[in-house]
Amino acid sequence: MPIEVLMPALSPTMEEGTLAKWNVKVGDSVSSGDVIAEIETDKATMEVEAVEEGKIAKLLIEEGTEGVKVNAPIAILLEEGEDESALEGFAAGTAPAPQDSADTPSEAPAAASNSLSDAGSNFHSVSAGSDPEIPSGTSFTSTTVRDALRDAMAEEMRRDETVFVMGEEVAEYQGAYKVTRELLQEFGAKRVIDTPITEHGFAGVGVGAAFGGLRPIVEFMTFNFAMQAIDHIINSAAKTLYMSGGQMGCPIVFRGPNSAASRVGAQHSQDYSAWYANVPGLKVIAPYDAADAKGLLKAAIRDPNPVVFLEHELIYGESFDVPDLEDYVLPIGKAKIRREGKDVTITAHSRMVGFALKAAEKLAEDGIDAEVVDLRTLRPLDTETIVNSVKKTNRLVTAEEGWGRMGVGAEIAAVVTAEAFDYLDAPPARVHQEDVPLPYAANLEAMSLPGVEDIIAAVKKVCYVG
Amino acid sequence: MSTQQSRFHVPAPPFRPGDEPDFSNLDLQKAGEAKRPDPLIEGFETRDLALGLIGVLDHNHQAVGEWDPKLSPEAMREGLSHMVLTRIFDDRMLKLQRQGKMSFYMKSLGEEAISVAAAMALRDSDMLFPSYRQQGLLIARGRHLVDMMCHCISNSRDNLKGRQLPVHYAWKEGNFFTISGNLGTQFPQAVGWAMGAAMKGEDQVTASWIGDGTTAEGDFHNGLMLASTYRAPVIFNVVNNQWAISMYQGISKGEAPTFAAKGLGYGLASLRVDGNDFLAVHGATQWAAERARKGGGATVMELYTYRADAHSTSDDPTKYRPKTEGQIWPLGDPIERLKQHLIGLGEWDEKRHQALETEMTALVTKAYKEAESYGTLHDGPLAPTHSMFEDVFAEPDWRLRRQRQDLGV
Repeated sequence: MPIEVLMPALSPTMEEGTLAKWNVKVGDSVSSGDVIAEIETDKATMEVEAVEEGKIAKLLIEEGTEGVKVNAPIAILLEEGEDESALEGFAAGTAPAPQDSADTPSEAPAAASNSLSDAGSNFHSVSAGSDPEIPSGTSFTSTTVRDALRDAMAEEMRRDETVFVMGEEVAEYQGAYKVTRELLQEFGAKRVIDTPITEHGFAGVGVGAAFGGLRPIVEFMTFNFAMQAIDHIINSAAKTLYMSGGQMGCPIVFRGPNSAASRVGAQHSQDYSAWYANVPGLKVIAPYDAADAKGLLKAAIRDPNPVVFLEHELIYGESFDVPDLEDYVLPIGKAKIRREGKDVTITAHSRMVGFALKAAEKLAEDGIDAEVVDLRTLRPLDTETIVNSVKKTNRLVTAEEGWGRMGVGAEIAAVVTAEAFDYLDAPPARVHQEDVPLPYAANLEAMSLPGVEDIIAAVKKVCYVG
Repeated sequence: MSTQQSRFHVPAPPFRPGDEPDFSNLDLQKAGEAKRPDPLIEGFETRDLALGLIGVLDHNHQAVGEWDPKLSPEAMREGLSHMVLTRIFDDRMLKLQRQGKMSFYMKSLGEEAISVAAAMALRDSDMLFPSYRQQGLLIARGRHLVDMMCHCISNSRDNLKGRQLPVHYAWKEGNFFTISGNLGTQFPQAVGWAMGAAMKGEDQVTASWIGDGTTAEGDFHNGLMLASTYRAPVIFNVVNNQWAISMYQGISKGEAPTFAAKGLGYGLASLRVDGNDFLAVHGATQWAAERARKGGGATVMELYTYRADAHSTSDDPTKYRPKTEGQIWPLGDPIERLKQHLIGLGEWDEKRHQALETEMTALVTKAYKEAESYGTLHDGPLAPTHSMFEDVFAEPDWRLRRQRQDLGV
């Protein structure tokens, strides 16, 4: 096929120039590197070298022409073995028909329809899996969330020697919140590693180790301090598998307490749920009780993707029943209906699940039967469970501890209005923190954070009660 | 010293466009003068090496001093050949970009020795976390030119499936990590990779490259500090090519005497090396690799060089530095210096050099023809559209499949 020679740019900003002189004529043979023309702008002159070899078939622009646009065809070369018949039907500057052989999807789309209703139900049937069956007769042990997380790490470290934990104070001190208690004693300093105080630095080390085939658990003393590590979490951990064309992935868990503790002020109290759940390539988990904390952390450690595991300082010490099963692993991406109800769906994650359950109890006294959906995983979000619940209750209240703008509740409300619009009997309502940095003083902090009463008020609003 | 200095200070380069550049006041240690200590000495004992300049090829193109790696003529000819190919490859890619055949390109003109000599001094099993101006690493490790080009034009054979800027190569089989567009992330990640290798009981070394400008990023300091804490088997290369786009090296260096000197504060072995001297880069890399392999920990290596061309195709350096600066750079050109050395040994001549250039030009021309047979930037075929939804997660996700099907691809 004939080759087009294009008007070159002298600089990144050049848009057009003058074709000052041709050094070749039709019929000349040129080889790569031969100077075939000179071009000028008001600032400089440049020689145009042939990039390909061949015979000049046509000069498309006359010598002395001004205002030749960059990358416009200026000449046509014939390749070796071609004669002028190759020019028939060849028009400079027009693209040949794209070859689309490589563009055929390996799997034909089921339907090219953009219809929302079609898209909705078809694919929701793909389930993330179910919680493992707990055989009857299984005993349960009351365990704190803190110890359940510890047990999960210890079990996975026994199972897979590439798993290790690193972070500030995780070894000698047993963790700032004692979540890594006795791990150093069992696994030694090679796999329980104290780091200097640089979240950005040791997150980068963890990411590098994960690239290299290990399975690091990076503990942040709180996710508030991980804000400076977010470049490694998002730009490297979450995106590298994609950017490298699938060659290099990052199996890593970033874990630690998220959200407010008690009176630690604006810089130590932020909820990052919506931030991380916004990022393709990350999985984001925020469990409530001890059994979920254990089963989901084990799943997170085994997952081949980077996982952000959001814990909550104020529930570390709460105890819940954990089944005495040898290997209790839960599916990532599966919500859990904590309480069945028929009048309204309340979605919540992490500590807000406890508030939602308390609100549901009080609402029951007023004759409102609330269903509580514990999201457990924020990315990928189990929209199937949420949408099915709303189809049953026809009302939605979302509850989250963080700020509401662009938040988790906003996403859920969008999904529900898109996929269950006709089922809704009221606009969805969102419960969230007030739109201010969290104040320190106890009275202001309490007013700023969402609680049981806020959820009750929102439920009554969507039920048009009171 | 005057009693009253301005207390507000922003450093400025010695020469701007229109000035007559003059490097005669650069006080550089002469080739052959630097001592080569045992690779396992304490980091702080490298003070003189961090402030001096390790060089092997002297002004007569003879190999002198303790840092001479004493390579065979065959090895030096191989290095020369990789450097010539790198330069011709770059040159061709730039021309293609200027003609609109790719969107963006970055040349490594004048810095070829830094990557080629390092690749040859390391083992192929050693891990590389490069920056965007070390294409010589790929060439020296034998990556297929067609594959490099297919990535740069994002066609159907691009192993990155159209997801990365040209030049941001990734090559897993070649132990070449995907190049990060964020500056400096590779330093702490190289530490993590290296610690992982050490934990697994492997004797691999991890080498990483950043530019002088990137030393201003927190990741440079984090990487050095963490490597110092954990004595990680890493080589931190700082390519001081004098210019971070338009910012001269003094903006990042500050009051430090050299970039290498910044490693001393962390207790790391720190060397400043003539980056335009193939043999010096080879010898110093060998030293640092031996130190890392034997458990001596990390080395900071400043490669002193000059960025002889624009930062990238989006940059016009005539706006901020004199045109002649590169031509009078006192450390010369790395290809010319190694070539003259080989000629001096009677192991090379002008005729063979010309033949080498002709051969490499033909190789690049042929490779580009083949690359275009897998698609061009404008007319395709490109990476198949449906592949856009792949590799977000390690396993397929129904939500992404649904998005793909909604698009009808």
